[in-house]
Amino acid sequence: MSVVTFDPEKDPANPPVGGGLSRRELIKSVIATGAVVSAGSLLGGCGSGPGETQTAVGGVERLISLNINGKVRRVDVVPHETLAMTLRYKLGLTGTKLGCDRGECGACTILIDDTPIYSCSTLTHSVRGRAVTTVEGLQAADGSLHPVQQAFVDELGPQCGFCTPGQIMTSVALLRANPNPTREDARQALAGNLCRCGAYDHYLNGVMRAAQEA
Amino acid sequence: MATKDMMRPFQLFQPESLDGALALADKHGGDGWIMSGGNDSLSWFKDRVKSPVAVIDLGGVTDLVGIRETANGIEIGAQTTLTEIAESDVIQSKFSVLSDAARHVATPQIRNVSSIGGNLCQDTRCWYYRDGLDCYRAGGTKCYADTPEGMNREHCLFNADRCVAVTPSDTAPAIVALDGQMTIAGPNGTRTVPAEEFFIGPAIDIERMTVLEPGEILTTITIPNTFSGATFYFEKVADRNSWDFALVNVAAAIIEDGSTISDARVVCGGVECVPKRLTVVEEVVKGSSRDEETAALAGQSAVRGATPLNYNHFKIPLMENLVKRAIRDA
Ligand SMILES: Cc1cc2nc3c(=O)[nH]c(=O)nc-3n(C[C@H](O)[C@H](O)[C@H](O)COP(=O)(O)OP(=O)(O)OC[C@H]3O[C@@H](n4cnc5c(N)ncnc54)[C@H](O)[C@@H]3O)c2cc1C
Ligand code: SF4
Ligand code: FES
Ligand code: FES
Repeated sequence: MSVVTFDPEKDPANPPVGGGLSRRELIKSVIATGAVVSAGSLLGGCGSGPGETQTAVGGVERLISLNINGKVRRVDVVPHETLAMTLRYKLGLTGTKLGCDRGECGACTILIDDTPIYSCSTLTHSVRGRAVTTVEGLQAADGSLHPVQQAFVDELGPQCGFCTPGQIMTSVALLRANPNPTREDARQALAGNLCRCGAYDHYLNGVMRAAQEA
Repeated sequence: MATKDMMRPFQLFQPESLDGALALADKHGGDGWIMSGGNDSLSWFKDRVKSPVAVIDLGGVTDLVGIRETANGIEIGAQTTLTEIAESDVIQSKFSVLSDAARHVATPQIRNVSSIGGNLCQDTRCWYYRDGLDCYRAGGTKCYADTPEGMNREHCLFNADRCVAVTPSDTAPAIVALDGQMTIAGPNGTRTVPAEEFFIGPAIDIERMTVLEPGEILTTITIPNTFSGATFYFEKVADRNSWDFALVNVAAAIIEDGSTISDARVVCGGVECVPKRLTVVEEVVKGSSRDEETAALAGQSAVRGATPLNYNHFKIPLMENLVKRAIRDA
């Protein structure tokens, strides 16, 4: 089957620094390409279902353009693929975590046009033409952290850190919609992000600090 | 047994009009699956308990999105999200029981993608059924929940008929309390049924929760002005305030004439396969004043005839108290 391979040198989201690949980028590219191959076989399963080798008759086209973190990415997406799968295993954007894969934890939270949603419970084909933002898309052009990320660091928000990208994305969406939330507003907004470590108060401190400092 | 694995492949269709969606739904019939926000749909597919050949994504059918005020009430497109309903000015000012109910569903992220149509049409959460066991509702010959060892803490108190599953929706009791009318489009045209008749129990059809036939799409929910600006109450009790489905919820719409109740509709979820309209309670409170005594009587009459299972006796006092509070504190 045809899969889009990930060539970091050609990837507009990841311009080569100083003409060549840094060690970190090289490792990332190997991980990403490896993941593409394994995800391809995982997604296709061992059966030959509709759409595995060709576009399903009358159904969606597999090769689609996605708008991810402000860049247009061409990617081959099977009809039954979730956005979390595409982001992590086709595009190498592993900042988005998969905790439960059924809408029950919030680790996979990303933004669609500034609205937080669970990428594990959304088909990739459903977000064509929409602006997708993942945690990788938050840093400024000079590489500095987003105010929410910085505030989470300053407030020692994460404990193990697994839920952190999701907590960040939900908090960013909250502050875009409501730059001056009360602590209760923040609690309600973050009610769909589970933290196994129970670091909720630290995250709330982080959101309130980010709101103050913005 | 269900496997927690990738979904089985399916064809995905993304029509951009209701007509397009209806044609696809008609063409694929029982092999097709209407998908709205996908929260319920995708978990069935991931568990491989349901494996449709063709999935018809309503996401592009923009004619089904939005809330419209008319002379007689409001019309809500089935594809309107729960967030839009919770935040709608017109719903908050005229029918706040519905915006309140929508706000109590699941989590913000789920409300951002779930539609009111999906929330009303979603299947029951009985875990035996959802895990793919061959129970009555799945076309088999036994109920795993209604056995001495069955885990039935979440199951029903009323009108069991082989199946003891309950309605999971938080918005459904509010829609029934408001006397919502459901417009359904299908291969043979359009029909409208009262919300109260839209939901069906196992005695009518054990394999479906609504009157929808394969190929039919719920298009609009119309709320008449009957209870516009009335006194409302919504309360949900669940194990956690996020994510969890209601153990019991209550939605009430009350019209007062001076100090007496002139009209009321009171509905509970989580106690029967359908949102349970409590007509006895309504009769008890009509003509009375809204006080402690009337509320206590309402609570007592609400649970009359309840037949608990092994692990859900607690739902009886819970339901009694919720109905009592609905009348007293609305
Ligand atoms: C973790 C979790 C927690 C939840 N907690 C709650 C809760 O506390 N309270 C609550 O009320 N709900 C809860 N839900 C349900 C959720 O809010 C959604 O409403 C529900 O999953 C379905 O909405 P959806 O738009 O995602 O529809 P889908 O999942 O796409 O569809 C659900 C069903 O409705 C059918 N359908 C959808 N739209 C139409 C239409 N227009 N015409 C005909 N058929 C249609 C589909 O075929 C499918 O069978 C929860 C869901 C999850 C995953
Ligand atoms: S309660 Fe209904 S859905 Fe659950 S096991 Fe029994 S028959 Fe099946
Ligand atoms: S991985 Fe999506 S909500 Fe848990
Ligand atoms: S920091 Fe460990 S899960 Fe939240």
